[in-house]
Amino acid sequence: MTRAQLAAVKIVAVLALAAAPFLVSPFSVTLLNYIGIYSLVAIGLVLLTGVVGIISFGQAAFVGIAAYATGWVSAIQGQSPWLGLLLAIVLTCAIAAVLGLVTLRLQGHFLSLSTIAWGLAIGFLFGNIDGLGGFNGLSNIPPIAIGNYVLSEGRQIYYLIWATVIVVLFLLHNLLNSRLGRAMRAMRGGKTLVESLGVSAYWVNLTAFVIAAFLAALSGWFYAHLSRFISPTPFEPLAGIEYLMMAMIGGATSLLGGIVGAAVIIFLKNAVQDYLPLIAKGASGQLEIVAFASIFILFLQRARQGIVPFLTRFLPRTQPQRPEAAAALPLRKQPAPGEILLKVEQAERRFGGLVAVNKVSFEVRAGEILGLIGPNGAGKSTMFNLLTGALRCNGGSIVFAGRNIERLSQATIARAGVARTFQHVKLRPRMTLLDNVLLGAYPRTRSGLFSGALRLDRQEEARARAEAMRQLERIGLGDNPFELAGNLPLGNQRLLEIARALAADPLLLVLDEPAAGLRRNEKQKLAELLANLRREHVTILLVEHDMEFVMNLVDRIVVMDFGVKLCEGDPAAIRNDPRVQEAYLGSTV
Amino acid sequence: MTSDIAAILALDGIATGAIYVLVAVGTVLIFTVTRVMFIPFGDIAAFTALTLAALETGQLPGTVGLVLVLAVLASLVEVWSLARAGKARQIPKALVFYLLLPVLIVLLARLALPLTPSMPVRILLALLLVMPISPLLDRIVFRPIADASVLLLLIVSMALHFALVGLGLLFFGPEGVRTQPLTNAAFEIFGVHVGGQTILIVLASIVFSGLLYLFFGFTLTGKALRATAVNRTGARLMGIRPARSGAIAYLVGSLMAGVSGILVAPVNTIFYDSGFLLGLKAFVGAIIGGLASYPGTAIGAVFVGVLESFASFESSALKEVIVFSLLIPILIWRSIASPHIEEEVEE
Repeated sequence: MTRAQLAAVKIVAVLALAAAPFLVSPFSVTLLNYIGIYSLVAIGLVLLTGVVGIISFGQAAFVGIAAYATGWVSAIQGQSPWLGLLLAIVLTCAIAAVLGLVTLRLQGHFLSLSTIAWGLAIGFLFGNIDGLGGFNGLSNIPPIAIGNYVLSEGRQIYYLIWATVIVVLFLLHNLLNSRLGRAMRAMRGGKTLVESLGVSAYWVNLTAFVIAAFLAALSGWFYAHLSRFISPTPFEPLAGIEYLMMAMIGGATSLLGGIVGAAVIIFLKNAVQDYLPLIAKGASGQLEIVAFASIFILFLQRARQGIVPFLTRFLPRTQPQRPEAAAALPLRKQPAPGEILLKVEQAERRFGGLVAVNKVSFEVRAGEILGLIGPNGAGKSTMFNLLTGALRCNGGSIVFAGRNIERLSQATIARAGVARTFQHVKLRPRMTLLDNVLLGAYPRTRSGLFSGALRLDRQEEARARAEAMRQLERIGLGDNPFELAGNLPLGNQRLLEIARALAADPLLLVLDEPAAGLRRNEKQKLAELLANLRREHVTILLVEHDMEFVMNLVDRIVVMDFGVKLCEGDPAAIRNDPRVQEAYLGSTV
Repeated sequence: MTSDIAAILALDGIATGAIYVLVAVGTVLIFTVTRVMFIPFGDIAAFTALTLAALETGQLPGTVGLVLVLAVLASLVEVWSLARAGKARQIPKALVFYLLLPVLIVLLARLALPLTPSMPVRILLALLLVMPISPLLDRIVFRPIADASVLLLLIVSMALHFALVGLGLLFFGPEGVRTQPLTNAAFEIFGVHVGGQTILIVLASIVFSGLLYLFFGFTLTGKALRATAVNRTGARLMGIRPARSGAIAYLVGSLMAGVSGILVAPVNTIFYDSGFLLGLKAFVGAIIGGLASYPGTAIGAVFVGVLESFASFESSALKEVIVFSLLIPILIWRSIASPHIEEEVEE
């Protein structure tokens, strides 16, 4: 599909939406209104669940906060619904921000459990706060009015709801294709990678969390003024599950999935209400819940992927444009060759009684390749983790580019100019090669939430894309930048990790066993790339197991064994050192 | 608040907590063996109370219909999966477990009902009727996705709870029930009036937790369950079938939940949907125990009961808000206390 055809499809879809109220019955318009309202929440959940990977059971509580806020302003205080909107958004986002600040450091299922906890707690509040109508609810909520034009009919509010949905889709689509959105997309699959790229996972999560709450607030505001009556029931945990069901059945990895999911659930609900009484008289209410829960369970057992991702496989793909040449991103000032870049002094790390790194000192000079070698269990990986901030030292100091880094977080160290690769390759397999490398350029670019959503970042984005393309070409993978990273063989995945690290314009490149698991020709290709980098005076610290690979490549070697530094010197001297031979072979040969 | 009131509240809280202990311990058991956070144990407890109440009035309890429906579904699922795996010869044996056994229990209840059985027999019947529910649910719902992530299992578990609430209304109707007291004895301890029911609850909780401890520590089946909890693959290599361990865990857990339902029924009015809060509060207790430690869980569950008791004295409307808000600091503490190995959810 060409871009023009895609645009045509979009225009037709929007026109169809605009014409719908004149073509269908008033009842169907009401259904469409509710689809729009629920899809706002579901789109937020797509961002939260499908993109960032936080499963929230509590979105219904946010919808409720907003609905009650605007209900209080308009029905009890007699003020304009627009003032209600303001309060709804401010209150919901503030509560979400506080909840997020407190809970988003929780890990894995603890985080999801916390969403059940606050979802329930807030749900119980609605019926129990004085002056909000209790369990009887709050009626007489006025309709929204634009000037003197009152949106009391379904057809009138329809356009406001769906215009909002379309604008939200547009902004989020832009956001997901911007710097921040890429970081969000990279969140699924573990924090270690994103932190190593200089991204604060916590803040990215918080941003997504508050955006999802903001969308829930919009939905709650519409809901209150469309149904003109609110009670605690629609904001209880059952509704939270229903929203999750919409997002997942529609397809939690696609923004459109939110709308499709909401539509499917609402039409299904409607059908169930029409037909269940024919099957079981008088029992339809409870059967409805049973039917829905069963459908959801079956879906989770059998499909999981969701409707939209399933359908997109059958659609022709649009060919994205290759990045065009653009001005280079700003470069760091590299230190003069020979200058001391990293100085490790008396570094120590204990795990209980085991001293994994015992008073190790060495330094890396700018422009050199230093090999850190040692047999299994020598403490190389621990040393590596101390350098990159994944672990904290128990003693000693690490100075990088004149700055003590032993107390800094992974992300801060990464921003200071240390770029790393992983022993077990960490890429985002469902993202393209280009996007994976672009992740590396994160700390060199600035654009944030609003510039990303409003497309004010295009110039910077073009420069970053050109830079990523240059790095892909540098490692020899420039032919097919839109290939998915998961489709590459291991050797190329390793190279891709290096390209991602280079895109950060690092002062120091730290490679964790890059040759592990590679085939012979893959190793040669890697060695060639590293030799080229050395000619370009990139400073590299190579932690490696494979002696042969290291010997031909590095300028100097530091040998570790049993947590202590055994010796240090040029490859030839190390090769002949009896202590090294003993460490590797068990005894002097 | 005088010290008298405090003592009464504390006592009340301990009794409530003891009920949570039974459900919470079952929850931890299921989680460690199958990684499922089985929210519906509260529903099982509520269904037991409703079953007992129906038996008292001489009606056939709704559990009968529920068990039969689930047995038929589970049999269909089992036969289908065995047939597809080319293990048709195992079908008769499977049908004994998934169809015949539940049907026999139902028949037993049906036959015993006209004889107006005594209270202990009624309790036994109620427990028997409820016990097949969760193993059958396990077969239908969780077994096909036994290897899914904890989070997915949690979503399924939540959905299952709501399905059970709907089924509960269908089979038991909307009326609340309160069963006959198990004992009318009352005591004075340090000048505080203590109902026999309270003592019974605490005792039952201690006895059943003790039995569970003996089961784990001193029987081969119990040890097999512990092995499955520690390492599924390793247990499988030792010839322990995780599916069987799971079924046993669900049976034991159901028994605990059933007992808690029997104990709570004379004290509180139980509705078809009362199980949700019971189950979730027990779950809070289980989380205090890190979803792993049984003593920690018991302490946590009692703590939740006492907190709830005092909270309802301060503000009865907001007691649920207080209990569930408390879960957040607990989760933070647990999250820090147990360094988490990142579960790589790479699509």
